Amino acid sequence: MQQTVDFQNRSHNALGDPQIRKNFRSAMDGLIQKRRQAFPEREALEQLRWKGEKIKANALSKLPALLAQLEENCVKNGIQVHWAETVEEANHIVLDIMNRHDAKQLIKGKSMVSEEMDLNHFLEQHGIECLESDLGEFIIQLINEKPSHIIAPAIHMNRLQVAKLFNEKFPEIPYTDDVDTMTRNARDILRRKFYEAPVGLSGVNFAVAETGTLCLVENEGNGRMCATVPQVHIAVTGIEKVVEKLSDIPTLLRLLTRSATGQPITTYFNMINAPRQSGEKDGPKEVHLVLLDNGRSRIFQDAELISTLRCIRCGACMNNCPVYARIGGHAYGTTIPGPIGSILEPQKSGLDELGDLPTASTLCGACAEVCPVRIPIPKLLNRLRFEKNRTDETGSVKGAGSGREWKEATLWKLWQILHATPPLYRIGVKIITRLRGLMPTQLGPWTSVRKAPRIAKKSLHELAQEEGFDHE
Amino acid sequence: MINNKRVYPDKPTKVYFFGTCLVDLLYPEAGVDGMRLIAREGVKVIYPQNQTCCGQPAWNSGYREQARAVARQQMSCFPNNHPIIVPSGSCAGMMRYHYPELFKGEREETTVQAFAQRIFELTEFLVHVLKINRQDLGKPIKVALHTSCSARREMGVAEEHERLLAQLENVEIAQHMRKEECCGFGGTFAIKHPEISAAMVEEKSDALLQENPERVISGDCGCLMNITGHLKQRESRLRGQHIASFLWERTNATDS
Repeated sequence: MQQTVDFQNRSHNALGDPQIRKNFRSAMDGLIQKRRQAFPEREALEQLRWKGEKIKANALSKLPALLAQLEENCVKNGIQVHWAETVEEANHIVLDIMNRHDAKQLIKGKSMVSEEMDLNHFLEQHGIECLESDLGEFIIQLINEKPSHIIAPAIHMNRLQVAKLFNEKFPEIPYTDDVDTMTRNARDILRRKFYEAPVGLSGVNFAVAETGTLCLVENEGNGRMCATVPQVHIAVTGIEKVVEKLSDIPTLLRLLTRSATGQPITTYFNMINAPRQSGEKDGPKEVHLVLLDNGRSRIFQDAELISTLRCIRCGACMNNCPVYARIGGHAYGTTIPGPIGSILEPQKSGLDELGDLPTASTLCGACAEVCPVRIPIPKLLNRLRFEKNRTDETGSVKGAGSGREWKEATLWKLWQILHATPPLYRIGVKIITRLRGLMPTQLGPWTSVRKAPRIAKKSLHELAQEEGFDHE
Repeated sequence: MINNKRVYPDKPTKVYFFGTCLVDLLYPEAGVDGMRLIAREGVKVIYPQNQTCCGQPAWNSGYREQARAVARQQMSCFPNNHPIIVPSGSCAGMMRYHYPELFKGEREETTVQAFAQRIFELTEFLVHVLKINRQDLGKPIKVALHTSCSARREMGVAEEHERLLAQLENVEIAQHMRKEECCGFGGTFAIKHPEISAAMVEEKSDALLQENPERVISGDCGCLMNITGHLKQRESRLRGQHIASFLWERTNATDS
């Protein structure tokens, strides 16, 4: 499969790049540490995770009803709601709104759904300039790169690399590698754009059905600027972001910020209920909510895989993943990288396209251990490995059965016969132990960095008999 | 994945031992020493000769039908209601937590659930059921402990590994950097993604070597095969040993 080759190539390149290795390792170590300090009591953390899981699972169990309720309440509040089954539809909804206002500039807060839509690219083809206002997104937009992490999009670059980039792109600003000065410079550039852009776009962290409230978590204030300064605000989000009650929010917020960056709360937390009301002096005159499906309702139909949709996009699974920490986000080649990406993206794009991502894990379980909504990621990785190889037609997952290769399937069949037929197994083991001197010293990829293991002189089966640990 | 602390039974008169395929072929002494540790406490150990492999390789590769056939064969080896002791967090986790998943909706579902309850990882059995506490007879030694991810996160027995080593008076445990991190084995992962696996085992070995231990101890032979295979490639003198063999060596009068 081409994508396997691509993934292998990209991880090969990442592994060979000492700068990438160092940037990710130190950033991930820092984030792991911060999260740990944010949850000092194990028992309290477990309680909170249970609660988070319950809230999201509850919302998913009544997803269609909650979405209808969300729409009803948003409309009541004056927010215009749009439904998009595909990214094409979502992109056209945004374009139509832009065109209606004759808008040629869009200022954006951080939104992974807009990345999923490849919105910037789409709008630029239609003559609209998109400007990312989140600092990390702003940095990578300068070099036309994709985010390498869902909450820290430019984490693959260090301070000096950013300083060099700013110096190239903004030669009129004196060189600095001081983080605060660089941030101030970026803010100055962006501030002007906020006044110019007629439309602002943001994501949504939680959408509350009972009140029609859109919650937006951020640290830089750019999200609030996007949602309040331009005349029009468009919020784009996936349908799985809906929760039932306003009282669900404190638990999820507590889990999200602590799991993501170790912060007890972010600098800004926005709750958007309505456009500017008469008599109010600021705020957008129009607020739009675009609800994107793009394969989510298919995931929703599977009783086990549905838990994928609980994700609140904190990034803790990638921070703690030993594979992600070494290859970084770009190697995955998907919008969402890391463990959650390896279960979510193949379900969305199909196992025929991304069926090998679920194999990019040792199933070490570090992701599930930290997930704030207790998504059993290793279990779902295992399930997708099964779906990829299954032979029957009942699989509900897109591309199920597409990865089955007769060579591999035959090997497993032989493996089965050997291990389900004890006399055969014992003879096999006896032969291998007696011929251990003839074992090859090169065992393909295994011996690229290891010596081949040494077969014992006598198997445990034999030794157990000799020591009198018999059959009953 | 986190194991809620289980309630342990009283010391039984008989147990079964499931040696695992890696131990069978590569580390049989670990299996023998595990059985000796149990037998020394006055418990009869039965090693059924019809056992082969728990089925985990196929299960983790998505070949569930094949895994089921092999799992069925294993379960038939342990007909009586004795505890089944497994000297591996990974294989114990397979039998305790994944067998019930593997047989969900199959006619044996309830039998399999009951079977899974009888599975004990070796160190948890030594600590909680046999409550072993033997005198350390060995010379002072500094060792590093690598606890497998399944022992730590699935079986929840990392503390039991540490506790057993801490009982040994002359043993110093070196605390290495990122000790909770995976060594990069992951079964077929090491074959499917050899370069990532290589980067992981290299860094794990660096962290271990940095503490200058005389031995690496682990309760899982997959990790041992991975780490020591790499250490040998690097021509390091650091050797690995299964925790069962280490415990036996330190506490057995005639061996030390």
